[in-house]
Amino acid sequence: MSSNTLTVRVGGDSAAGGIVTTGEVFARIAAYAGLEVYTTRTIPAEIKGGHVMFQMRIAPTQVWSQGDELDMLVAFDQESIDRYFAMVRSGGILVYNSNDSKPSMPDGITQYALPLNELAKGINFQRGRNIITIGALVKLFGLSFETATDVVERQLGRKKELLDQNLLALKTGYEYVEQNITQTAPYHLQARAGATKEERLVLSGNQALSVGAIAAGCRFFAGYPITPASDIMEFLAAELPRVGGTMIQAEDEMAALAMVLGAAYGGARAMTSTSGPGLALMQELIGHAAMTELPVVIVDVQRAGPSTGMPTKVTQGDLRMSVFGTNDDAPHIVLAPVSVEDNFYQIIHAFNLAEKYQVPVIFLSDQDMSVRMQTIPAFDLSRVKLEPRLLWDPDGGEKYQRYKDTPNGVSPMSLPGMKGGQYVAEGLEHNAEGEPNYDLEWRTTNMEKRARKVRLAVQEVEALKLYERFGDPDAEICILGWGSTIGPVMEAVERAQAEGIKVAVLYIKMIYPLHHALIEEFIAKRKAIIVPELNYVGQLARMIQAEFWREVISLRKFGGTPFKTREVYDEIMRVHAELKKSAKKPVAKKVTAKKGAPQKKARR
Amino acid sequence: MVMTLEPPKFKFEPATLAPNEYKSGLPPVWCPGCGDYGVLASFLRAISELRIPREQLAIVSGIGCSSRFPAFVEAYGFHGTHGRALPIAAGIKMARPDLVVVTVGGDGDAFSIGMGHIPHAIRRNMDIAYIVMDNEIYGLTKGQPSPTSPVGIEKKASPYGTVERPINPLQLAISCGATWVARGFSSKPKELGELIKAAIQHKGFSLLQVLSPCVTFYDTYDHFKSIAKPLPAEHNPHDRLSALKYAMEEETQYLGLFYQEESATFDDGYAAMRARVTKPDYGVREIMEKYMR
Repeated sequence: MSSNTLTVRVGGDSAAGGIVTTGEVFARIAAYAGLEVYTTRTIPAEIKGGHVMFQMRIAPTQVWSQGDELDMLVAFDQESIDRYFAMVRSGGILVYNSNDSKPSMPDGITQYALPLNELAKGINFQRGRNIITIGALVKLFGLSFETATDVVERQLGRKKELLDQNLLALKTGYEYVEQNITQTAPYHLQARAGATKEERLVLSGNQALSVGAIAAGCRFFAGYPITPASDIMEFLAAELPRVGGTMIQAEDEMAALAMVLGAAYGGARAMTSTSGPGLALMQELIGHAAMTELPVVIVDVQRAGPSTGMPTKVTQGDLRMSVFGTNDDAPHIVLAPVSVEDNFYQIIHAFNLAEKYQVPVIFLSDQDMSVRMQTIPAFDLSRVKLEPRLLWDPDGGEKYQRYKDTPNGVSPMSLPGMKGGQYVAEGLEHNAEGEPNYDLEWRTTNMEKRARKVRLAVQEVEALKLYERFGDPDAEICILGWGSTIGPVMEAVERAQAEGIKVAVLYIKMIYPLHHALIEEFIAKRKAIIVPELNYVGQLARMIQAEFWREVISLRKFGGTPFKTREVYDEIMRVHAELKKSAKKPVAKKVTAKKGAPQKKARR
Repeated sequence: MVMTLEPPKFKFEPATLAPNEYKSGLPPVWCPGCGDYGVLASFLRAISELRIPREQLAIVSGIGCSSRFPAFVEAYGFHGTHGRALPIAAGIKMARPDLVVVTVGGDGDAFSIGMGHIPHAIRRNMDIAYIVMDNEIYGLTKGQPSPTSPVGIEKKASPYGTVERPINPLQLAISCGATWVARGFSSKPKELGELIKAAIQHKGFSLLQVLSPCVTFYDTYDHFKSIAKPLPAEHNPHDRLSALKYAMEEETQYLGLFYQEESATFDDGYAAMRARVTKPDYGVREIMEKYMR
């Protein structure tokens, strides 16, 4: 690790306040100074009180994971030292509150004692310990005091009186280090030349998603509060009315999606967002949207379950519910972004696919990328293309049939207000007019029509590039993954490559239906397929095994935290070693079932 | 024809259609003698008299015998999922305030599985007319007790008689602050037609409970006829306590307009807020710039 990349963890009790603020403000100061930041946080399930940690990785170029070990620990209390000290690498730094703790440190750790309680008392601002700490860090790392002042004003400037106190606190910390600490930090944070001139955003995945939804033409949102999805609703509550749209906080998740269905029926591009428990409640209506062929977008910011589970922890465990939920076969699409930035572009695809094919689209984000604040390139708005809904032409002279069968299965939709376009959005099986009808002929026609739309939508994976592919194309080892695990995978692969080990990587963003040709071609000649994911059973791994008849190595983690780069790297090395050992006997071999077995045929 | 971000703007001309011309041509699936026929006939007459264009009318329902209603009317319709008719209707109304939105359904759909949505439609004062055809029984699933069934009713799912007391929907709606509450009877089509008209014309959420007997699983025609009476002339529909008093009466099922008040609707309130915060030349670029370092 170069001395220009810094992984910092801030820990303390949330009752004392400001742990996350400390992290966020310091991360922003670094970002405004032209550095790249990547943050992670855990907040306790308790409403007030409980331990909180905020981690940030700061570097001159973009980083892709939270970092495996700490270069620096900022401990507001003894508990933070006890919890995290073992993670500080040798040669690292400890910044601690000397009024609260007396650490006994091994050699090689640079320690900075800040008498935070005394300093706060000195300026008569007990809650200012976090901003004092920021001031101290700014000085320690040679960042600009002006930039720091600017960020504090922008972030904490809502109340003039409080702002003055915060600015005083910032100055107090800065000056304390200036006057009392002579030992220079073993790090110097230096931005790339010209970095501050680049258009960079500092935001979270939920924020990127929300901006993307507005760019995608979303003008109606209904939602229900649930961690960690609520801030999408809050963002859209502020922004939708400003662009002429509507956001409503519904009475429950079923009402939220029902409202979205109604709005879509009325002609709006409409969305809801929730987390696992809410998605469970929405299943019936997702099936209804598939049946009535309404374009709706349902965001699930996955959090660890089952049931209430661990609301502030990450999972990728809602894949099965998203793919296999609803009663009977209800053709729909499941998309998953891979990063904070990707949330913006993928949610636009979600809207476009929903509108173009008149299907529900489930969008699987996760807790890690949703709350993580990060520096990313400004969104390229010229890349935003809106796919319109196919509407019925009232002047075409034809009697309107809402569910008219067409070559691609998409039927022109009429909107209330169009004369002669009256129809019933019918949840019962129906005929072309939308009249209830269970005749086998209509049943067959419609089941195929609805499925055909989604089959065609899969073909867009290539044109829209709904995947990421990197690494060595001819590697024997490959990684097939989805979602936010791409970050540590990228770093692990880089590390393996540096040691001469070849790995190919494919991250799919359309999780359902799967693009068979793309995946088949990618895995065909590999000797080992590693599928990393954050759930207990290996939900994607099992889907891949079932659909491609290939043995895969399922790398799983379900404790509620993202993969560490080292965990992925270690698995690559393990598989590499095994391949070498048993050169004759491949690690991943074909399942012995015959190709084109009846079950496989039937499923397609 | 393809769509941009917003639905096209429509101009509606008052219709000049006879009640029959609002029939979809699809024959109702209800049992002969079902009260819902009377509700449908009164409804068709009401919308004809109100001269609502077919294309401006959206009828939303959930699941149940009476929820098949939208299919029989030549209008825009939405046959939703069980219990979710109201939020679906609310979504339509919020996205398209230019439409006339009517929700229809039965007592099971409204007061059992969908009950949670009623107080919220009321507190938002969504401009939706909700017509609940109440037969005090589940008909489509063939005769289980409903939340409005009387205590002790012996049905297939309550062979020894129910022990639960029935819900009083009008009492509930008035207590929640509903701005328009009435009760009709399918066997009084003239009065029912007038109530449906008033419910649709009311600006805000209107709840119209219609006694609409099921001839097959729980025939209450004679019972309803014996206990249904018009509200006394001295009742003032702007007097909430008086409305509550008559709604709480159980021996007599009063018919007519219990309560009515003028109050801002959700659409009015939201539109006013939107007008206050809408910024000219404000869009994705401006939103994104807030996050630029």
